[in-house]
Order: sequence, then structure tokens, then C-alpha cells
Amino acid sequence: MDPVISIQSLEKTYDNGFEALKKVELEVISGEILALLGPNGAGKTTLISTVCGIVNPTGGKVTVGGYDIIHDYRKTRQMIGLVPQELHTESFETVWATVNFSRGLFGLKPNPEYIEGILKDLSLWDKKDTKIMQLSGGMKRRLLIAKALSHEPTVLFLDEPTAGVDVELRQDMWRVVEKLRQNGVTIILTTHYIEEAEEIADRIAIINNGRIELVERKDELMRKLGRKQLTLELREPLQSIPDNLADFNLELQAEGSRLVYDYDATQSHTGIAGLMQALSEQGIAFKDLATRQSSLEDIFIDLIKESS
Amino acid sequence: MNRHSVSAIYRFEMARTRRTILQSIVSPVISTSLYFVVFGAAIGSRITSVEGVSYGAFIVPGLMILSLMTQSISNASFGIYFPKFTGTIYELLSAPVSFFEIMLGYVGAAATKAIIVGSIILITAAFFVDLTIMHPFSMLVFFILTAVTFSLFGFIIGIWADNFEKLQLIPLLIVTPLVFLGGSFYSISMLPDLWQKITLLNPVLYLISGFRWSFYGVSDVNVWVSFAMIIGFLVICSYVVWWIFKTGYQIRE
Ligand SMILES: Nc1ncnc2c1ncn2[C@@H]1O[C@H](COP(=O)(O)OP(=O)(O)OP(=O)(O)O)[C@@H](O)[C@H]1O
Ligand SMILES: [Mg+2]
Repeated sequence: MDPVISIQSLEKTYDNGFEALKKVELEVISGEILALLGPNGAGKTTLISTVCGIVNPTGGKVTVGGYDIIHDYRKTRQMIGLVPQELHTESFETVWATVNFSRGLFGLKPNPEYIEGILKDLSLWDKKDTKIMQLSGGMKRRLLIAKALSHEPTVLFLDEPTAGVDVELRQDMWRVVEKLRQNGVTIILTTHYIEEAEEIADRIAIINNGRIELVERKDELMRKLGRKQLTLELREPLQSIPDNLADFNLELQAEGSRLVYDYDATQSHTGIAGLMQALSEQGIAFKDLATRQSSLEDIFIDLIKESS
Repeated sequence: MNRHSVSAIYRFEMARTRRTILQSIVSPVISTSLYFVVFGAAIGSRITSVEGVSYGAFIVPGLMILSLMTQSISNASFGIYFPKFTGTIYELLSAPVSFFEIMLGYVGAAATKAIIVGSIILITAAFFVDLTIMHPFSMLVFFILTAVTFSLFGFIIGIWADNFEKLQLIPLLIVTPLVFLGGSFYSISMLPDLWQKITLLNPVLYLISGFRWSFYGVSDVNVWVSFAMIIGFLVICSYVVWWIFKTGYQIRE
């Protein structure tokens, strides 16, 4: 469980005096997929840009693979691949030329087979001689990923890789991410699609107003903060909740034909048995039941509301 | 020193020239030929020789300096400004390269292009006039130092500029007038006394004078003064680049 990236009291104040990062503490574990979530303007891009060397930190310390990002910038940047949020590309270059340039820029000898492999994985191989300006937005996104992978990084930052990307590319992308993870690459991604983080991340970090609000293993987080709901479809609608059920956290919906029970799944006594008993005592029958676990999205929204 | 990185930047910049060969190489040749027609033929028919050199041949060093300077500045300034403009500079900033190496790549490529254009102009000129190069070594030194110095200067402009207007501003408002007024097309001895003194304040005059001395052995000022001027300017530009490197001015947030 070595941290590959360690961020300590990182601060960034922009020239206009805006504090984009406030004493950020974060450790990224080697080989994991960490999803960095936060609303617009939370500081996700600033945080990533600082670790990658694009933005100078105002204070604090960051190490990557044990090396300081300022003093040993050559070593740390060599390890890092970055796919930026904005589609910054050249226009007149070909796909092949620009990806090979990226590799050279990172000081590596040409390796056409390796580049070919990346382009094939990203379904860009048939576009290799196409000028970048002739690519669609989604293809440019793939190209940026190819450039980021061209120097065989062991840490990959994906800043909103799926913004404006269709379903197929998204699946392509997650296949590539999965393959990278199997090769031991550490991946840090930001996204506004929370289901996405829920699906692929090992850990979740939530940032808001330049502060890390929470870092937690995803399953742990879901377990701790996740609420469960039991929904009962009643045979006969109820006018109101009977008195002997008042102790339960119940809500009547759909004109009294649906009873919803909120409970905490982490407790050993969920109260479901008691509820069932109380229902049968009252002679309330139901025709169907369903349980639902709250999603990461619900947790996220609750947290952001709370902190602001 | 990260040789692969420097050479990647250098080759990428040179590839851009190959793609825009018409604009980068052909157009300076055409404009120089026009100068020959206009100045060489039209004026040359009235002024037959300046200090014993035929007028057409006399203007060759000045023309070369003119194109060396404008080419160096525009290549280098555009080269580094463009990634800032398109945002692709993120890649340079996140790469394991020092600012010095980035500078080497861009300035090297810009100077190379300027030297290529300058050489083509020299060859083109040879078709129009009889050229002699009396001091080839000194000619080469001025040639290369001018290309390198003004590529550095262009690199500084490209970093300083945050819009296209600023990118054009200095070359247009300062450099071109200085070159034209620096004796590209005349010897300052042809000017009235007062203007001679004023012209001596123009740094480009020293450059053209030294370069012309390398060709024909005639000069407006002592060649060592010329040499000192170009070295001085090189030192100033290097210092500014070093300062930019230290402060991260206009590069990193
Ligand atoms: N160059 C800059 N100068 C001043 N303020 C900036 C600069 N760049 C970003 N900011 C501010 O810093 C804050 C964080 O921006 P950042 O881009 O890191 O947010 P983000 O979490 O990536 O948002 P998004 O989800 O919209 O991409 C924002 O309030 C933004 O306005
Ligand atoms: Mg962002």
C-alpha cells in the first residue's frame, strides 16, 4: 500500500488572489484507480496541473514515486502521463507525427511498434496519417490519450476523459484503462458522471472549494454512507401511517399505495423483521417489495450540500 | 541534458517549415529578388558605386541581415507563441525538460531556418551581382551570431506576447525601421552630418557594417565595435531568457 503520489498541505493561490487549493492532503496508492469528484470550479484541474508541473504550487509538498515534483521534476514527470480536460491539439500535424513527437519530447527513443499498439488499442490506427484538424472531438480525445501513453507512464491523469464522448468510445476507454491497471499503472481520473466513478474506481476522493472533503475506498464509502430503502407496494391504499408503525422511519407515497422504509444497512438490526411483524399485526398486506441502495451520486450530493 | 527532447522539439519545428515551404523559403527569396530589382536596378542605375563597390553588390549584406533578423524573430516568436495560443504548451510544461532545453529546441530551429533563408538569398544575389567575400570566417561568425541572437530575441517576444498583435508589434515598429535606417541600402557617409550621428545610435548599423566589411572590406564603423555590439546583444538576450527561466514569467501559472 505504498503511496505513489503524496500531496502534503498543497496550496495554490492564482495571480488574481484566488485560492484554488487550500492545504490539500492526498495520497494515491500505487496501482489503484482513484476518482476525483467535485463540482465545477472545485480545484480538480488545478490539483492535477500542479502535480504534472503546469501550475506552480504556492505552498506545500508533492512527491511522485518518492521524488519531489520541483527538485526532481525530470524523474516525476517521466512517470506521469496527462490527458488534459481541454482538447488542446495541433492542427496541421498528422496523428502519427504528433504521438511520436510526444514520445521524443519525453526523452525516449522511437518505438514504432509500441506507438502502433497504442493507436490500435484506441481505434486510431486507421487515422494515423490523418491531419489532426480533420478528427472529430472524440477522436481528438483518443489522440490525447495516445499522446499521454506514448512515453509509457506509470501514473496516468485523466481529466474528464469522458466529457463529450459517445458510449462506444467510453467503453473503448475503460478497456484501455483496465488494461493499464492490469499492467500496474496508477490512474487518477476526474469525472462528472458519478456512475462512472462508482463502476471503475477503487477509491473516491471528493474535493470542494479547494479542499479535499473525503477520501475513502469506494465499497467502504457505500457501506458507511449508503442508505437503503425498502419499498412495499400495498394491496390496499392507506390513509395515514398507523400509530403502531410510527416508530419506524416510514413514508407513504403514490396516494397511500406505497410504503417506503429508510434504514441503515450497516446496523445489525435493520428493523425489517420488526416492521414486517408490525405490518402483519395491522393486517396490512403487500403485493410486491423492492430494496434500493443509495448510489454514490446521492452520497456525493449530500456531501457537497453539507460542505457548502 | 535531455538530447532526445531537444531534438524532438527541433525536428518538430523543422517539419513545420517543410510543410509551409512556400511561405518559409520561397517568399523571402521572391521579396529579396524584388529588392534587387527595385533598389539594385532602379537606384543602382543612378548610383553606380558606393565606396568602390557596385551598388547592387553593396546592398547584399544589408539585405541578408534584414532577412536574417526578420526570419529569426518571426520563426522563434511564432514557434513558442503558437503552443501558448493553442494550449498545446501543456505538453511542454509537463514534460521532463528544462526551460533551457525548450529554448534550445525552438531557438535552434529558428536560427537554422534563418540561416537557410539567408544562404538562399546569398545564392540568389549571386545571380544578380558580382559578389566577393573577403573575410569568409568573419562573415560566417556574423551570419550565425545574428541568426542565433535574434532567434533568442524572437523567443523572448513569443513568451512575452499574449496576443497576435503583440507578436507583430516589436518586429513591425522597432526592428524593421531600425534595419532600414541602419544602412542596409546606403553608406552613412552619404547622409548629412547630423543624421550620421543619429544613425550611430542604431545598433543594427553596427551589425550591417561589420557584415559588409566581411564581404568588401569597407565599413561605417570599426569591425571590432560591430563584433562587440552583436556579442553584447547576445548577452542581453541570454540574460533575459535566464530571467524568464528563473521567474517562470508568462509560462507557468
Ligand atoms: N489561471 C487562473 N487564474 C485564476 N483563477 C483560476 C485560474 N484557473 C482556474 N482558476 C479558478 O480556480 C478554481 C478551480 O478551477 P479548476 O479548473 O481547478 O476547477 P475544476 O474542479 O477542474 O472544475 P471543472 O469541473 O469545471 O473542470 C476555479 O474557481 C477557477 O475559476
Ligand atoms: Mg477541470
